[in-house]
Amino acid sequence: MKNWLKILAVVLLFYVHIGGMLFDVPRLNILNETIRALYFHVPMWFGMVLLFLLSVYYSILYLRNPAPRFDYRAVEYANVGLTFGILGMVTGMLWANYAWGSPWHGDPKQNGAAIALLVYLAYFVLRGSVENEEQRARLSAVYNIFAFAAMVPLIFIIPRMTSSMHPGSGGNPGFNMYDLDSRMRLVFYPAIIGWFLIGVWIVSIRVKVRTLEDKIIELENGKTY
Amino acid sequence: MERLIKSILGIALVFASVIANAQTDVEMADGMRSEGKIYVVVGIILIVLTGLVVYLVTLDRKVKRLENLLGDRNSSPK
Repeated sequence: MKNWLKILAVVLLFYVHIGGMLFDVPRLNILNETIRALYFHVPMWFGMVLLFLLSVYYSILYLRNPAPRFDYRAVEYANVGLTFGILGMVTGMLWANYAWGSPWHGDPKQNGAAIALLVYLAYFVLRGSVENEEQRARLSAVYNIFAFAAMVPLIFIIPRMTSSMHPGSGGNPGFNMYDLDSRMRLVFYPAIIGWFLIGVWIVSIRVKVRTLEDKIIELENGKTY
Repeated sequence: MERLIKSILGIALVFASVIANAQTDVEMADGMRSEGKIYVVVGIILIVLTGLVVYLVTLDRKVKRLENLLGDRNSSPK
C-alpha cells in the first residue's frame, strides 16, 4: 500500500473524529445527539462491503489463475471485512438500545446483517476444515463468490422490501431529513474513505505476514532435505 | 394587494417561528458544548486514535523489517 494513502487515511480519520464531534448536526427527536453515531457506525458497514468486494475480486482472480498470493489477499480482505462487520453490529446494537429501545429488535436490516456475518464466518469454517492448501484455496474462492452474492440481498434488498426501522430501508422516512443533509455528508463520506483505507492498510500488513510465513516454511522445508 | 402581501408575510413569519422552535426544542448537548467540555471528549478520542495509528505504523515497520531480513537470507548465496 502506498504511503500517501496511509497518511490520507489518518488525516481523514482525525478530521472525522474532530468534525464528527464538533460540527453542527440536524436536531431530531429521539436521536438527539446520538445522530453523530452515524459517522462511526455506518462507515464500518460501508468499509465491510468494500473489503468484501475486494475479497471476492481476488477470489475470482484466484480461480482464473491459481496463485497463492491471490488466495492470501482474498482471505485477509474477508478477515478484516468481517472485523468491520462485527464492529458495525456491536455499535448498531448499542445505538439501537437507545434509539429503538432494545439492542436486538429483529429488524430486517439487523437480521440480514447478522445472517450475512454468519455466512462469512462459515467461509473461515470452510477454510479451517480443508487440509490441502490448493483445495482449500479453490473451494473457499468459490464459496466466497456465493457468500458475496448472498450478502448483497441480505443487507441491501430484503430490508428495503419490508418495513424496517433502520434508515435507508422501506417505509422509514424519519431519517431522510439527515440522509439528505449536506453538513453530515461532509463528515460521513470522508469517514467511509478513511476507515476503508485503514482496512486496506491492515490487510496489506496481514498479507505480508502470511507471505513471510510461507517463505519461512519454504526455507524450513529446504533445510530438512 | 397590500393585505395579501401582509397576510403572506404573516404566514411566513409563523412558519419561520415554528421551524425555529422545532430546531431548539430538541434536546441536544448544548450545555456540554457551551462549557467547552466537549473538547475534553474530542481530546480523549484523538489520543486513543493517535495511539492506535502509532501502533499500526510500528507494526507495519516491524513487518517490513522482517520482510527485508528474510529477503536478504533468501537471496544470499548458499
